[in-house]
Order: sequence, then structure tokens, then C-alpha cells
Amino acid sequence: MRAYLAILSSRIRTLLQYRAAAIAGVATQLFFGIVRMMIFDAFYRSSASAVPMTHEQTITYIWLGQGMILLALFGVDKDIAEMIRSGSVAYELTRPLDLYSLWFARALSGRATPLVMRALPIFSVALLFLGLQPPPTIANAVVFLVAAVGALLLASAIIVLLTVLLLWTISGEGINRLVPALIFFCSGIAIPLPLFPEWLQSAIAVLPFRALMDTPFRLYMGHLSGAAALSALVHQWTWIIVVVLAGRMILARGLRRLVVQGG
Amino acid sequence: MAHITVEDLVKTFAVAHRSPGFWGSVKGVLKRDWHEVRALDRIGFSIERGELVGYIGPNGAGKSTTIKILSGILVPDSGRVSVIGFTPWLDRIAYVGRIGVVFGQRTQLWWDLPVIESFDLLRDIYAVPKHRYRSCRDELIEMLDLGGFLDTSVRQLSLGQRMRCDLAAALLHEPELLFLDEPTIGLDAVSKLAVREFIAELNKKRGVTVILTTHDMDDIEALCSRVMVIGDGRILSDGTLSELRASVTRERWLTVDLAEGGPAALVNDPDVRLIRHEGRRFCLSFDPQRVSVPDLIARIARNYAVHDLFVENPPIETIIARLYESRAARAAGRPVAAP
Repeated sequence: MRAYLAILSSRIRTLLQYRAAAIAGVATQLFFGIVRMMIFDAFYRSSASAVPMTHEQTITYIWLGQGMILLALFGVDKDIAEMIRSGSVAYELTRPLDLYSLWFARALSGRATPLVMRALPIFSVALLFLGLQPPPTIANAVVFLVAAVGALLLASAIIVLLTVLLLWTISGEGINRLVPALIFFCSGIAIPLPLFPEWLQSAIAVLPFRALMDTPFRLYMGHLSGAAALSALVHQWTWIIVVVLAGRMILARGLRRLVVQGG
Repeated sequence: MAHITVEDLVKTFAVAHRSPGFWGSVKGVLKRDWHEVRALDRIGFSIERGELVGYIGPNGAGKSTTIKILSGILVPDSGRVSVIGFTPWLDRIAYVGRIGVVFGQRTQLWWDLPVIESFDLLRDIYAVPKHRYRSCRDELIEMLDLGGFLDTSVRQLSLGQRMRCDLAAALLHEPELLFLDEPTIGLDAVSKLAVREFIAELNKKRGVTVILTTHDMDDIEALCSRVMVIGDGRILSDGTLSELRASVTRERWLTVDLAEGGPAALVNDPDVRLIRHEGRRFCLSFDPQRVSVPDLIARIARNYAVHDLFVENPPIETIIARLYESRAARAAGRPVAAP
């Protein structure tokens, strides 16, 4: 455990140095947040029918999404993808470490650091000037943090899964194009999930992607509470476990395959 | 019990084979031809604690495959391996914590981190106790003279510096066994010497068992008390350097410089064979059992105006090349499966 924590903290320290990227990211997300605010402004003004979320809630949802957008933008771990392509991934086996845990620690640190570096400034600006509401109670804030950590774990598990799929080059790369698009649509970053039509809701409820954004955001606003909140957290953790187990299995089989091909 | 025992080790790779041309690729989509390449064909050897063994062979002979199996990366098809009491591929994590591995072609350090932080990270990975780590690290830093670039990030190091750091990194957890896969590849003369000196000292002082693969025969001459030669997946020869020499050829070389002013005649003697000549220098090969060294020298000095001469063994490169050639010639006589 100590070894993985050491790798985690070392990468966090390295990534903390990418301040310019964080500043650029904050500016970009603030800009697109304002654009999205204007779009939904127009939507709420022109809509005559009842809407499942109030205008204020939607604005809060948008800013939470802009701050935590890194939970919904996915790519594989480039360094590991390169190792897989060149076959040198086998050399990683000379370290006395469990490869999955090592890669998970990398994915987690690679996500967590830039996430926090963007979220804190965006939340501050949005709270002060752009209509982000604070959570209604302390309890909401706590549940939000719990769900946000879960979202981070799920995001890391998905990254590792997408990365290890590259051990099967052809199908790996196809899935790597498909999944980010699915996530963009089904996590709530494009359009808040409660605004989706009824017939899509049941599919979205089952898929893992809402646990990345929609779940923590609605817990923050108190839009989910009681049994619904609990079931959302159970949904999130079930998917974390499923994706981790799938990743482990594919990695184990992939390494055996890689070994058969030589290198 | 021996430190390393390998018996009947077999490893085959399946290689996809595609017919050339456009139709070949189309056919390849529908049906792929696989053929087997036998990288290791029932090899066996054993190595005692404290030995420094050179493991050599031409490209594709199975050197790296052997090292990869011994270091827990590859799983063989069949055979038994026991290294310091472990079967490498069965108990990988516990096993690799006890050995050190350096692959000359790649680094196990972190590109972005300063050298010293890579070391600290390795301490955590190998769970080295703090005080042991500190004394071991400082000793390695001194032996390898790393003091000048500990705070430099690995990507900025020269190849020689990086290799020295990699050696230190592989030894921080004080392994009793060290695998070195081409540790001097691409290094300049000074770095090569430094690396060699270090390996010799490590073997002598700490008693670390070292297995070294290389294409640089100077590495072997400088370091190894024992040489194993592999070709076509089999061990061709295993013994000391002089035994290896004796098994391949008895010949010795005589180099003669003819005096200025005298006739620059081609040295011509029935008992020698001319290998090459540059200006007035002639390099001759002879069999000491057919003609003794004093006889030969006397004969040549009588017939030619000799300025200088010396007798030497053929360089190890030549010996090894002969060994590979005779192997290939023998292989050509029988049907061969591999392309």
C-alpha cells in the first residue's frame, strides 16, 4: 500500500507544477460555462411547460460541471499506451508491484491533481459572481464530497479499463473513441440529466456514467435525498467495483497474451 | 544448492506470417498463418552464488528470452527454473523484490523526477528500511560517482550518467542477484570502463551474483570468469574463456613488422596462414601443435628482415564468430524449421 501511496504523492507533486495548464483550463471552463448559462437562460425564458429542475438549480449544475469537467473528459494514459504499443510494458513486471494497482494510482493522481487545481478557482468565481448556489445544508456538502470521491475513483477505473483494452489493439482503439462520446452525453456534462426525456431516463439510470457528474451534483443541490440518494451511491459503488474487476481481468489476460506474442 | 538452476527450458513464440503483396494481405485478414519459432530449445545450466557469468549469443539466439524468464517477465512453455528458491513466474512479486534487473535499452527511473526522488520512490516500492536505505544509497552514490547530478531529472542525463543511475536503482534494495542485459550498449569508452569497474567491485565485495548479456566482448574479457554461449535456442558452450577458446580453435596469431629498407616481401611460410597485411605489418595465424612458437619465430627471422613481432590469442570476437559459423554450417546440413 505504501508503495502505491508513494507513487501517488510523487505524481501529484509533479503535476502540481503544471500551473499554466490549470490557469488556461480555468479560463476556458469559465468561458464555456457563461456560454452554457446563456443558452439555458434562453431555454428557461421560452419554455412554457413544467421543467424538472429550477433555473437556479440548472445554473448550479452547470458550474459544478464546469469545475469538475475533468471527470467527464477521458483519454487513456499516454505513457502506458506507448509502453503497450512498444511492448515494453512487460518490463513493468520487474517491479515488485501489482500492475493494476500501480496503473490505478497513476490514473487517480493524474485526474485528482488537475481536477482540484481547476475546481477550486472555478467554484470560487462562480460562487461570488456567476450564480453558483452553496449547498443547502452541511449534510449536502458532505454527501457531495463522498460522491465526488466516488466519481474520481470511477473515472480512474474507467481510464485504466480503456488503457488496458489497448492490449487488444483494434477493438481497444474503437472503444476508446466510442466511450468518451457516450460519457459526454450520458454523464450530464452536455445537458443536465434530469432534463432528458422520460424514455431515455431508464437507460441513463443503469449506465455507469451518471455517477461521474450527475450523482454528486444532485446530491449537492439536495435534488436527490433519502432513499434516492442512497440508491445513487449504491449505483456508483457497484459500478466502481464492476469496472475495477473488469480492468483487472482484462489486464491479467492481456499480459498473458502479450507474453505469448513475445517482445 | 545452486543459486540458479534451469532445466529443460522451452519457450516458443507464435509469429504471424503474411504472404507478400496485396492478395497476401487480403488473405491475411481471412486466415492468418502462424508458425512457431522456438526461442529456447531445452536449455539447462546452473549458477552458483557469487559467480559472474557472461551470457552471449548472436541477435535472436534466445539471450533476452532467457533473461526475461529468469527475471519473471515471461512464462516459459515448459521446464523448471529455480532462482534463490523461487520459480520466477509463479511468485513474481515476492521474487522480483529480491533481485535486481537492468536493461541497457531502457530505464527503470522516472523521466520527470530528479534522480534522488526516483531513488526515494524505489525505497518505498521495495520497502527498504530507512537506515539501511540511507547507508546503501550513499555508498552507491559514492561508488558510481552520482553526486553531481542527483537533483537533475532523468530525462536530462547523458546515457552514461543514466546507466550509472540505473545500476544504483537496481541495487538499492541490496539484491543478492543482478541481471544485466547489455549494460554497456551505446556507452562511450570512459563510461564503459566505469560500469565495468563497478560491476567487478560489486561482485567481489558484496558477493552479488551477476548474469550479464552483451555484444561487447571486452565486457566479457574484463569481467566474466565463466561464459555461456547460446545459439538457436541451445547452449553451445559453457565454461571459462580459455576453455571456450580451446574448444573452438587452437590457433594463435603472430604479428610481424618487417624492417624499413628491407624488401617488403609477403611473408610466405608453409605453416602459417596470412590473415591480413597492412603495409609492412603482417598478421599470421598458426597452429602451435604443428609448429612451436620459437621455431616459427626463428624461421621467419632467418628469412626476413624483422623489425618487431608478437604472438597473441585471436580476439574473443573471432572465437565467437567461429563458434556461430560452425553452428550455422552444421544447421545448414539438416532441415531447419525456422526461417
